Amino acid sequence: MSESPEPLLSVQGLEKHFPITKGLIKRQVGAVKAVDGLSFDVRKGETLGLVGESGCGKTTTGRLITRLLEPTGGKILFEDRDITHLSQGSLRPLRRDMQMIFQDPYSSLNPRHTVGAIVGAPFRIQGVKTEHGTKKAVQDILELVGLNPEHYNRYPHEFSGGQRQRIGIARTLALKPKLIIADEPVSALDVSIQAQVVNLLEDLQNELDLTYVVIAHDLSVVRHISDRVAVMYLGKIVEVADRKDLYESPMHPYTTALLSAVPVPDVKRRTERERIRLQGDVPSPINPPPACRFHTRCWKAQEICKTVEPPLAELATGHQVACHFPENAPKDAVPSDAGAPVPA
Amino acid sequence: MSERITGQKSFLELNDLRIHFPTDDGVVKSVDGLSFRLERGKTLGIVGESGSGKSVTSLGVLGLHKGTRARISGEIWLDGEELVSATQEHVRTLRGKKMAMIFQDPLSAMHPYYTVGAQIIEAYRIHHKVGKAVARKHAIDMLGRVGIPQPERRVDSYPHEFSGGMRQRAMIAMALSCDPELLIADEPTTALDVTVQAQILDLMRDLQQEFNSALIIITHDLGVVAELADDILVMYGGKCIEYGGAEDIFERPEHPYTWGLLGSMPRLDRERTERLMPIKGTPPSLINVPDGCAFHPRCAFEGRTEGRARTRVPELLETEGGHLVRCHLTRDERRGIWENEIKPNLESA
Repeated sequence: MSESPEPLLSVQGLEKHFPITKGLIKRQVGAVKAVDGLSFDVRKGETLGLVGESGCGKTTTGRLITRLLEPTGGKILFEDRDITHLSQGSLRPLRRDMQMIFQDPYSSLNPRHTVGAIVGAPFRIQGVKTEHGTKKAVQDILELVGLNPEHYNRYPHEFSGGQRQRIGIARTLALKPKLIIADEPVSALDVSIQAQVVNLLEDLQNELDLTYVVIAHDLSVVRHISDRVAVMYLGKIVEVADRKDLYESPMHPYTTALLSAVPVPDVKRRTERERIRLQGDVPSPINPPPACRFHTRCWKAQEICKTVEPPLAELATGHQVACHFPENAPKDAVPSDAGAPVPA
Repeated sequence: MSERITGQKSFLELNDLRIHFPTDDGVVKSVDGLSFRLERGKTLGIVGESGSGKSVTSLGVLGLHKGTRARISGEIWLDGEELVSATQEHVRTLRGKKMAMIFQDPLSAMHPYYTVGAQIIEAYRIHHKVGKAVARKHAIDMLGRVGIPQPERRVDSYPHEFSGGMRQRAMIAMALSCDPELLIADEPTTALDVTVQAQILDLMRDLQQEFNSALIIITHDLGVVAELADDILVMYGGKCIEYGGAEDIFERPEHPYTWGLLGSMPRLDRERTERLMPIKGTPPSLINVPDGCAFHPRCAFEGRTEGRARTRVPELLETEGGHLVRCHLTRDERRGIWENEIKPNLESA
């Protein structure tokens, strides 16, 4: 979408290891490597989709970027400023620019606060004065997200799931942020309501010039909403590409398998579709498989996959893959030459 | 369906089933006049949004509303037996053996204090007079059949020791352990990741062929029903609003709500559309179902019915060869709208 090379957000080698402790003195005996070395950029005005199965670390990534969790390694740059280890106090002004939409519209709104109080809270916390008072500002935002401004004094339980999600969106928009992290923004909603909220997010992006990071497990929703897509597996990014490239010529076997697993509402073709069925479940992030983490479920895996970790290398313009045997790759691109392989 | 008059009863047949729940705020009409038939070896997909009455229907078939405040009327015929008037004890003897259910969330549907094996063995021994050792062997056999690795070890695991996909497999093993003739799966894959979902859907398809049971699959995901179902029933506000073969529903849908569902879904198998076409508004409250056609406040074509949709409940009528639609628009109007206004938008890039 945007041609500007300026990344709004830049993540370099981001890591989050949750310690596993044992005994009285909380001796650390291991770690859940929820996010294990992520690097990506989010450009101004674009939507980056982050997909993966449960346990791949996508939610943790969202929480690290917004600094709701403290990273254990790596760097986060927001507008070229290192925010990796900023204190709560110095983060506060930053929160105006970076907001989050949560998955569950039932638990992310305080049931004892009115809509006016919920959406008005950012103004109060940040001490922002508006021209015609907070109430007017809140009502304008409610209208913007398609809610009735007269519902200012109602409580969350008086709204349906879709409307609550709109309240959550209104709250994130209150202070006109630059970056919005949306963690599964529509997965708790009914199909017909999902489409309403997806359309709303797109309209708001055009109107307010927002940048989104959308975290979701639903590949069709991600394709619809994103400009670029990053696929995660066990705490690592296995493939990043423009939407069209990723969905039309996926290079990583895991992406291919994910795409072929999505049930398609086409009765005529249900017998002829080629399917790749992965065996088993995602391995535990406590003890991830060595080298390429996907090799235990990959049908293309060979000896090298068990010993040498494939680097995330750019094989085509804007198309990065971490695989020794990528599919759909241009002939001249040999992944093991594209970067020095990291021995496991 | 409802227009059936004579002849052999189907394996499963619902006639004008109504399940109403009296509450302090009024009567919740969860299921309001539902009829359908299902034969052995066939799969029926029931599609609808939350609150459309699809889960209440399945619990009703299993007789799980008996002994609650629910008011049930109509008929449920299973293999020649009427279940609405049957006693609770009698329906209990059928559950497990004749009919079984796969629930959405295996973690809350299984007992956390008993091993997976013990739960399968318990059900098996209620219906079969066999010793513990035989039942245990059967449980191991079932776990192996649904693809759980090392079943002779995992039979002694507790539900929390299983991953989500394995738990769902264990629940399928439990449901199939007594070889039921009717299997109801309520959102069987909603809690699962897509790669695991694909495995479970394959498994259900294979097992159905092997056991030749009748399968009802309840879901909000049109992709899932397209993978499995022979026939599809679309529910809205406690009523069936469209029923037909899978191809009728996906290739020639005639109800505006079905169009809305198809337009709301981003699809991976087609060119990406610039914009989704959602249904406006929200699903109705089942206490205050709108007058006339329950869908009319959200319907984009309500204006073309000369006000009939606001006052009269449309009947479920056959449009062609077993394809039933509940709509005030005439058949020609509906087909015209689908061909000229809906279909091109769904397919355009």
